[in-house]
Amino acid sequence: MYRFAFYEEPILNELRSAKIHEKIETGLLPKSLQRKKKIKIPNLDETQIIRHFHRLSQMNYGIDSGFYPLGSCTMKYNPKICEEIANWDSFAGTHPDMDVSLIQGNLEIIFELERMLCEITGMDYFTLQPAAGAQGEFVGMLLTRAYHESKNDADRIEVIIPDTAHGTNPASASMAGYKLTEIPSTKDGTVDLKVLEKTLSEKTACFMLTNPNTLGIFESDICEIQKMVHDAGALLYYDGANMNANLGEARPGDMGFDIVHLNLHKTFATPHGGGGPGSGPVGVKTKLEKFLPVPIISKKKDGTYIFDYDAPESIGKIKGFYGNFSVLLKAYIYILMMGKNGLKESSEIAVLNSNYMKKKILDSGKYTMPYKDLRKHEFVLSCEQLKQKKDIRAMDVAKRLLDHGLHPPTIYFPLIVKEALMIEPTESESKKDLDRFIDALIKIAEEKPDIVKGAPTNTPVKRIDEVSATKNPILTWDMI
Amino acid sequence: MKFIPNSSIKKEMLNEIGLNDINDLFSDVPKKLRLKNLDLPNGLSQIETTKKLRQIACRNRSYNEIVCFLGGGIKPHYIPSAVKSILSRSEFYTSYTPYQSEASQGFLQAMFEYQSMIAELTAMDISNASLYDGITALGEAALMCSRINKRKKFVIPNNISWQKKSVLKNYTKGAGIEIIEVPFDKKSGKIDLDALNKSVDENTSGVYIENPNFFGVFEDDVEQINKIVKTADSLFVVGIDPVSLGICKSPGDYGADIVIGEGRALGIPMDFGGISLGLFSCKKEYLRNMPGRVIGLTKDADGKRAFCMTLQTREQHIRRARATSNICTNEGLCSLAATAYLSWLGSNGLQDLSKINFEQGQKLAKKILSVNGFSIIFTGSHFNEFVIKCSKNPKQINSKLLKKGIQGGLILEEFPDLENCMLFGITELHTDLDIERLVSALKEVA
Repeated sequence: MYRFAFYEEPILNELRSAKIHEKIETGLLPKSLQRKKKIKIPNLDETQIIRHFHRLSQMNYGIDSGFYPLGSCTMKYNPKICEEIANWDSFAGTHPDMDVSLIQGNLEIIFELERMLCEITGMDYFTLQPAAGAQGEFVGMLLTRAYHESKNDADRIEVIIPDTAHGTNPASASMAGYKLTEIPSTKDGTVDLKVLEKTLSEKTACFMLTNPNTLGIFESDICEIQKMVHDAGALLYYDGANMNANLGEARPGDMGFDIVHLNLHKTFATPHGGGGPGSGPVGVKTKLEKFLPVPIISKKKDGTYIFDYDAPESIGKIKGFYGNFSVLLKAYIYILMMGKNGLKESSEIAVLNSNYMKKKILDSGKYTMPYKDLRKHEFVLSCEQLKQKKDIRAMDVAKRLLDHGLHPPTIYFPLIVKEALMIEPTESESKKDLDRFIDALIKIAEEKPDIVKGAPTNTPVKRIDEVSATKNPILTWDMI
Repeated sequence: MKFIPNSSIKKEMLNEIGLNDINDLFSDVPKKLRLKNLDLPNGLSQIETTKKLRQIACRNRSYNEIVCFLGGGIKPHYIPSAVKSILSRSEFYTSYTPYQSEASQGFLQAMFEYQSMIAELTAMDISNASLYDGITALGEAALMCSRINKRKKFVIPNNISWQKKSVLKNYTKGAGIEIIEVPFDKKSGKIDLDALNKSVDENTSGVYIENPNFFGVFEDDVEQINKIVKTADSLFVVGIDPVSLGICKSPGDYGADIVIGEGRALGIPMDFGGISLGLFSCKKEYLRNMPGRVIGLTKDADGKRAFCMTLQTREQHIRRARATSNICTNEGLCSLAATAYLSWLGSNGLQDLSKINFEQGQKLAKKILSVNGFSIIFTGSHFNEFVIKCSKNPKQINSKLLKKGIQGGLILEEFPDLENCMLFGITELHTDLDIERLVSALKEVA
């Protein structure tokens, strides 16, 4: 069983520091900008620094530590070979403004990866520029606006989302200036076609959908949905956070989506980095191509690659340069290694693992699962029964899992499931590891409430007081 | 499959849950949507993959294989092996956003240290835990100003990179914010103070300047600028290069309300302009309007010191359409790099680094000016980048330099006033020999 290290590691500024320089030599700097105040950053030796961060790392749980079934986050194993190659100086040490003859390798990777992603999603064109999924969504909304404006149809000011949508969907649409309308799901946990039809109007710019949705349920009415949305003159947006259920099985492009974002750090095995850097490429159908961010990378007849900035209707830039390059490179390597069969198998096993866990846990009768039974790569349990009977909440179950050396699932999401545990095992886990998690979850439901509510005790700190952190924010060492 | 442990026991697992065929798991996908075959090659072995990638890598040149003097923001800086070693700890890089704080104390403490150091460096009260890059940080800052004072005009100098202008436009369009550009003074290369004064009024939500600016020139009239901003009761946003702050005054000490910047220089590789770090700090009264994740110090059930994500009610997963930003995944590992890097340098090292970069900038300019046909065009004092006017077409100059293994400056095509101008940049990594090579090559091509 995984165990954390326990340290009472001082904060950097509490470590023994060498003396700070007495005088700041500002030389010929303009007077008004010369630094007078000393900088209070400690001066440490390398042994201290390495030990400090080494100890911190031992109080942190990653996929390499164990099972990490965070729903909708696709915490799959990150192959080491991808890390090694992305660190090569001939990739990591390249400058984005270098002469194009010096960066042909990088351009080839971007060009090829765009084509691979087109094939995987069934879209016609891709941009790799967005830095993360949420930025991909934002690009999608900017493209939506550009599209409707080009058709002199700028009165479309509404974006519709289902009540199961990720929080980034409404936030991204609203940042792009859209008004949000949320529609309730059916008792099956899917899009309510009648409600959708009533909600769509000449004011609708876009309908944003995740498929499978955040309950892990495939929206089987997707063909009807796409027709309805398009008949209303709106666009259909695909949130790719759950693409790990679909590789080689079903493509958003074939389902009728106009815009798609992917999360390379989820589906394509690049590390999550403690919360980034990620990558959120956006794919579109041909009718939206001319609005994609610049530059476009094209291949000339002689096989050389060039930047093409000649795109007068493009939305322009969304971040600096050409996307989070090393993340793109790692995803490219992953796709090369997996090949067509490996990708398909990864989705199959991700879905199998999820349904296996779901069945085993539900058979125990300790947890319930509202909505439809067949799930894809993730499923959402409810702890409502435990709450009623023993006053044990989803939060308590999550914290108690930590005592079992396991990372908890996503909790309290999606919002339509009470006391939700959102579990996504991915294809990276062995049956033995799945069984261990299942057993732990069942055991917790049988434990005495005060043990579960007192968890965790097997972590570097016990349950954290998040309320006072908000009431009285201490955000720097100066505020202590 | 190496990365799919259960692929050999598929059948057994299916049987255990009462199914026969893997396709049963996809019975809810309409038949006509089921894909027959992905048109991709078969998978490669790790040996084949490495060989293929070596071939591709051969078509690149890194800054170690060529001498590179490009200015415009991204420059090579030394990354200590200790920083690389810390980043290679997979407990860090294979973790995700610390939703479960008890399992993420290591990363959370490092982010608390990051926030502390960025706040200290910029002389602001607080910092968030990172944004995507310095460019998107400007977009977020403009939105934040407007959220705070409900005004709809944001003033920027016209000499910022075209990429920044484009991103800013995309970030602010939805909120209906108008971007006003103020010209630079043709002689000094600094912002034109009179024009700025005329552009700022009671509708101005914020004023942005960069220090040093895009031309490498120091905006030393900061007191006057601050006065103009404060007179209009507007917010002062300053963009910085963290490397300069070892010897330069922090923006907080000349009136800034929000400080942003590109943090790549703090231990993050150039990565073809990819993974970056958006620095974002501000005064504490604006805390609840700040975009991005924030880490706080608190206590656990035993009263022991502990860290957690805090003020999450500003964020998309709680507040949804009314969040202060849509950002979710940020640049966590890059802020960890910055934390390790700054702790490795310490305040003394940062001062030295800053001084070296300033001196290198002066040295390189002097050397280039010693060659006939090159002149410096702005009188304003500069940091480690500067604009050089060439008597010949800079494209031709650069292609000749390239033949000698040198990448010249960034050609400033985007500024029509600056015909035949290049933006040169230098750091602590350039040797005297590199400078000599450039100078003798310039003598030949000019």
